[in-house]
Amino acid sequence: MSISRADIEKVAVLARIKVDSEQVSALEKDLGNILDLVDQLSAADTDSVEPMAHPLDAVQKLRPDVVTETNQREAFQAIAPATEDGLYLVPRVIE
Amino acid sequence: MQWDIVIGLEIHVQLATQTKIFSGSSTAFGAEPNTQASAVDLAMPGTLPVPNEQAFRYAVMFGLATNAEIGRRSVFERKNYFYPDLPKGYQTTQLEQPIVGPGHVDIDLADGSTKRVRIHHAHLEEDAGKSLHEDYHGMTGIDLNRAGTPLIEVVTEPDMNSAEEAVAFAKKLHSLVTSLGICDGDMSQGSMRFDVNISLKPKGSDTLGTRTETKNLNSFRFMEQAIAHEVERQMDILEDGGTITQETRLYNGDRDESRSMRSKEEANDYRYFPCPDLLPVEIDDAFIEDARARLPELPDARRARFKEQYGLNDYDAGILSADAKLAVFFEETAEYGKDAKLAANWIQGEFSARLNAEDKSVAESPITGAQLGALVVRIADNTLSSSGAKKVFEALWTGESDSVDAIIDAKGLKQVSDTGALEAMVDEVLADMPDQVAQYQGEEDPKKRKKMLGGFMGPLMKASKGQGNPKLFNEILVRKLGG
Repeated sequence: MSISRADIEKVAVLARIKVDSEQVSALEKDLGNILDLVDQLSAADTDSVEPMAHPLDAVQKLRPDVVTETNQREAFQAIAPATEDGLYLVPRVIE
Repeated sequence: MQWDIVIGLEIHVQLATQTKIFSGSSTAFGAEPNTQASAVDLAMPGTLPVPNEQAFRYAVMFGLATNAEIGRRSVFERKNYFYPDLPKGYQTTQLEQPIVGPGHVDIDLADGSTKRVRIHHAHLEEDAGKSLHEDYHGMTGIDLNRAGTPLIEVVTEPDMNSAEEAVAFAKKLHSLVTSLGICDGDMSQGSMRFDVNISLKPKGSDTLGTRTETKNLNSFRFMEQAIAHEVERQMDILEDGGTITQETRLYNGDRDESRSMRSKEEANDYRYFPCPDLLPVEIDDAFIEDARARLPELPDARRARFKEQYGLNDYDAGILSADAKLAVFFEETAEYGKDAKLAANWIQGEFSARLNAEDKSVAESPITGAQLGALVVRIADNTLSSSGAKKVFEALWTGESDSVDAIIDAKGLKQVSDTGALEAMVDEVLADMPDQVAQYQGEEDPKKRKKMLGGFMGPLMKASKGQGNPKLFNEILVRKLGG
């Protein structure tokens, strides 16, 4: 499997990561290698293998039901592209 | 052609925890937008979820109350889909190993029969945020305060065969979760939301038809209407020789119409996989026994007790026991009022009518059970006539005063039950109405006589300024008029 420059540029836009053209060439090679490795994994027959919930042989700790978080809206919204009336604004979504 | 209707429900129940399922953010309703959305809720890089113990306790209590198997080991999975009010890009939910396994709930039907509805499972998951589509310069506003609020999703087997049965199940579940205290039950705020799966099959057939899912119904009335609407839509298609498309539909209750939202969502479109951020949760015997010890009296047991302890009939006991808050209100009224049947009548009559008219819940009632009880005392001991009692109720409700006796004094509503005074008034009124007296005495038919008695009551109530005891007036009239 390989990945095209156009794919990388599109993913970079979606992830909001700025990538210049030299980096794209390097990423094309690196990501291509990773995808090739995934292809090798796909060759294994896992039909009779039950999915593993977690690699660690441990159980989850639970948390008491107590409020520990404070209002940090200002800090979070400082990095948002658009906000108004305390809301995050996103391109209109139509179902 | 005759059709069988097959209905299964998925119910989202918001759990009444103080904090979210994976973070220590408050879940209090009505806060300013995004002031209760922490780094975990916003899916900031580097954050890790930690599950809320209370959410598990509530889910286990629900399982115990629905005769279900408890999942000793439950696993969270990621359900991947894109929507801006889901910042992580996936909902953390449970699929293969939910916290609550198969159980059942029995519902009572109008014809007096009981029906068992099986619950396939119930799982824990997180709620999404809210999208506000009002115009923000052509953009959508996102409030993430609700993101991460714990839900249990209850999935039934397709065991219901009419809108009536589906609504009876929904009401029973509402009654259960509010009695357990695991959900505030406030449907107007989205605390319980229903998805209805509906299919039709030829009467008596064993093969299920293609189903549709109508999503996000947030009132019993809309649910009933949406089912009627969808059954009719499918019946029209099938009888015209068409086929039903498996799809998700949205119902607009105000217009009584529905539209397709998306078609044929295959489960694997969501690319479910176990969430690597969360380890499996193990529930031991001690945890289950602790949850069992917290179970309060459940609606069915309460209904039986109301019949036994207060001598209520099945219908009254059913209504007063279904809602936990109403049940508490009734018991307080009955305790102070001494007369449980009178208390039951007033709660189901004047009190409920007033709550409905003002769209209030029992918790928002301006009067207390003790106050209504005090009113019941004054009705039972004949201090108040029924019209006087309504005036006192009104004054209590509008907050004129919080003392029944003070209102009775201030408004002069004390009923006159002094027989001597009442007899004098009867004599006076009868002397003024000789024609009607003669007409009454000439009448043989007891039914007509009874009706004619009413003609004297108006002037009597007027003479007593509305304070004469109508029951005593009646007795005196019958005696004086000669049977």
